[in-house]
Amino acid sequence: MTALMQSMSSTTNKVLGYPLNAWYVAAWDHEVTRKPMSRRIADRPLALYRTEDGKAVALADACWHRLAPLSMGKTLGKDQIQCPYHGIIYNSAGRCVSMPAQETINPSATVPSFPVIERYRYVWVWLGDATLADPALIPDMHQMSSDDWAGDGETILAPCNYQLVLDNLMDLTHEEFVHSSSIGQDELSESDFVVTHDDNTVTVSRWMLDIEAPPFWLKNMRDKFPGFEGRVDRWQIITFQSPSTINIDVGVAKAGTGAPEGDRSQGVNGFVMNTISPESAKTCHYFWAFMRNYRLESQLITTQLRNGVHGVFGEDEEMLAAQQNAIDANPDYEFYNLNIDAGGMWVRRLIERQLAAEGRLIPTA
Amino acid sequence: MAATNIEVWQIGTVVEAEDITAKTRRLVLEQSRPMKAEPGSHIDVMVSINGEQHRRSYSIVDSSGDGRRVAISVFRAPQSRGGSHFMQALEQGDRLEITQPLQNFPLRIGAPRYVLLAGGIGITAMINMARVLRNIKADYTFVYAGRSRPAMAYLAQLEQLHGDALRVHVDDEGTALNVDELLATIEPDTELYMCGPIRLMDAVKRGWDARALNVTNLRYETFGNSGWFDPEEFVVRVPRLGVEATVPAGKSMLEALEDAGVDMMFDCRKGECGLCEVRLLGLRGSIDHRDVFYSERQQHSAAKMCCCVSRAVSLKSGARADSAASCAIVTIDV
Repeated sequence: MTALMQSMSSTTNKVLGYPLNAWYVAAWDHEVTRKPMSRRIADRPLALYRTEDGKAVALADACWHRLAPLSMGKTLGKDQIQCPYHGIIYNSAGRCVSMPAQETINPSATVPSFPVIERYRYVWVWLGDATLADPALIPDMHQMSSDDWAGDGETILAPCNYQLVLDNLMDLTHEEFVHSSSIGQDELSESDFVVTHDDNTVTVSRWMLDIEAPPFWLKNMRDKFPGFEGRVDRWQIITFQSPSTINIDVGVAKAGTGAPEGDRSQGVNGFVMNTISPESAKTCHYFWAFMRNYRLESQLITTQLRNGVHGVFGEDEEMLAAQQNAIDANPDYEFYNLNIDAGGMWVRRLIERQLAAEGRLIPTA
Repeated sequence: MAATNIEVWQIGTVVEAEDITAKTRRLVLEQSRPMKAEPGSHIDVMVSINGEQHRRSYSIVDSSGDGRRVAISVFRAPQSRGGSHFMQALEQGDRLEITQPLQNFPLRIGAPRYVLLAGGIGITAMINMARVLRNIKADYTFVYAGRSRPAMAYLAQLEQLHGDALRVHVDDEGTALNVDELLATIEPDTELYMCGPIRLMDAVKRGWDARALNVTNLRYETFGNSGWFDPEEFVVRVPRLGVEATVPAGKSMLEALEDAGVDMMFDCRKGECGLCEVRLLGLRGSIDHRDVFYSERQQHSAAKMCCCVSRAVSLKSGARADSAASCAIVTIDV
């Protein structure tokens, strides 16, 4: 097995599979309501709705009978959903509670009901072995729902394999080229970075000392320190949590005020919260938010930051779509790796180990 | 679980065969297309009875972590339709056609409390569930009822594994299961999973209804092979088609009608879906309803029957017919 793994890792997967024994975000909390909605996560179509008590439910989006989508149906009673086609009714556990034109219920009539946890403003689902669905395995995204942080985010339906988004976030040198008008600057590719990992996480840290603040960060500094001028120390600490969550600790502080040593009081700090849920082999739901720990009272800043990041991530989306197209158009070409891919390569290693443990690692041809 | 229940046939090779009680034989099968068995799953197997191929279902008792091996246990029923004789005769090295594990009896993870109830050979459906509930530290009670300890398969292993969570009821020790007492312990959010003889399951269903417990929290599986009476030979007539056929004890009425050339509709062959229903025009004897499709009211009205599992019997007492003259006759239209 070891030898096999070694030979596999010499080829970099262009379309990486996704582990099933993991929590994935299916939706923002506000998206899931009493009116059922449809969303495909990990190639599994889900009907998402809330019970009368407000509990989020994820059922397979296909009626037991003729596979009509339950998401087109309606919620009934305390926790039920009715198939829009022949009126078969299920409860939140996926058990049929009513069948048309008969006095009994076929005991086999169930639809899969997937474990759901609501946390950090997201509805998380577990599509693998339900006996392993430990809520403690949900990635830490506490900034999303902490009183010490403020912010908001959006969802991108990215037309690419989810791994391409992880690659994108694990190596931010691309900012210099893709985001030159907002957060990009030459120092990104000139500065050194450090990669560390354990069984479940990968961290890439990069510090750029005594540099000019790019436009996005100058604006943020001025929100906290009106009229700020001058040079800054800038940091990007990227933390991946398997299989698809990446939180990026980002910020700048007045140069030489001790930020690298831990005193960030003369700076502004944000967390770019990213969690990516595979939709299919070549599409994914990319949930992101930008959280900050200063000027918490300002809805204006929340909106400006969300709109700003929306613009930045729009540039990424365009690149990711083009990259997936190029991958599909060049099936006989391989990926090659650069030194800057160290973070992304460790991410792939951790995911491939998890896939192998699930017996689902498919080697590339 | 329609979406995950694709039927894939494969070869099962008997790698272990062992009598674990006087009437129960444990078979470990190596799958040619390995697939892990979830709790509640079963395999269908093709058995050979008098040179004919028939399909039977067996719960998976346990499976190896890599999904290569699945274990089933076969009980030699006193009036088997012939499948258990074939299965009991299997020895190490024998090969047979089996499906990959199929799932119609899924265990839901996440209920606040569980009761697992097994009667007799019904234990085979509950062992895997109980192990999973124990592994995930769920709140569960495992009730195992049988006639006598030596006849209760896996009893010693289960006592060792489940300790106080296992409640054993043994008829010949005077500790027979009292269904009312068991149901009195059921809380509104308890899920009860059961597998056992139809009398036991029927008593639980009635008590469940009488207590107005949530009907979806009562989960059970029946392969339609348990009746109120032992199976006996009877005659079925279809006047409109000019058909008269004998249904031997080892065959279903549906199979007998098919053999007689009647174009029958059916699906599950275990008394759940109701597609094989036939209208009763006349009856000598009574109907042993073995399905779960009809309500009790509908079964009493004796207007229809599910011919895949239900049978006719000569007398309500269940006394066996010794001659054709006294055998039950059911007249139907299809």
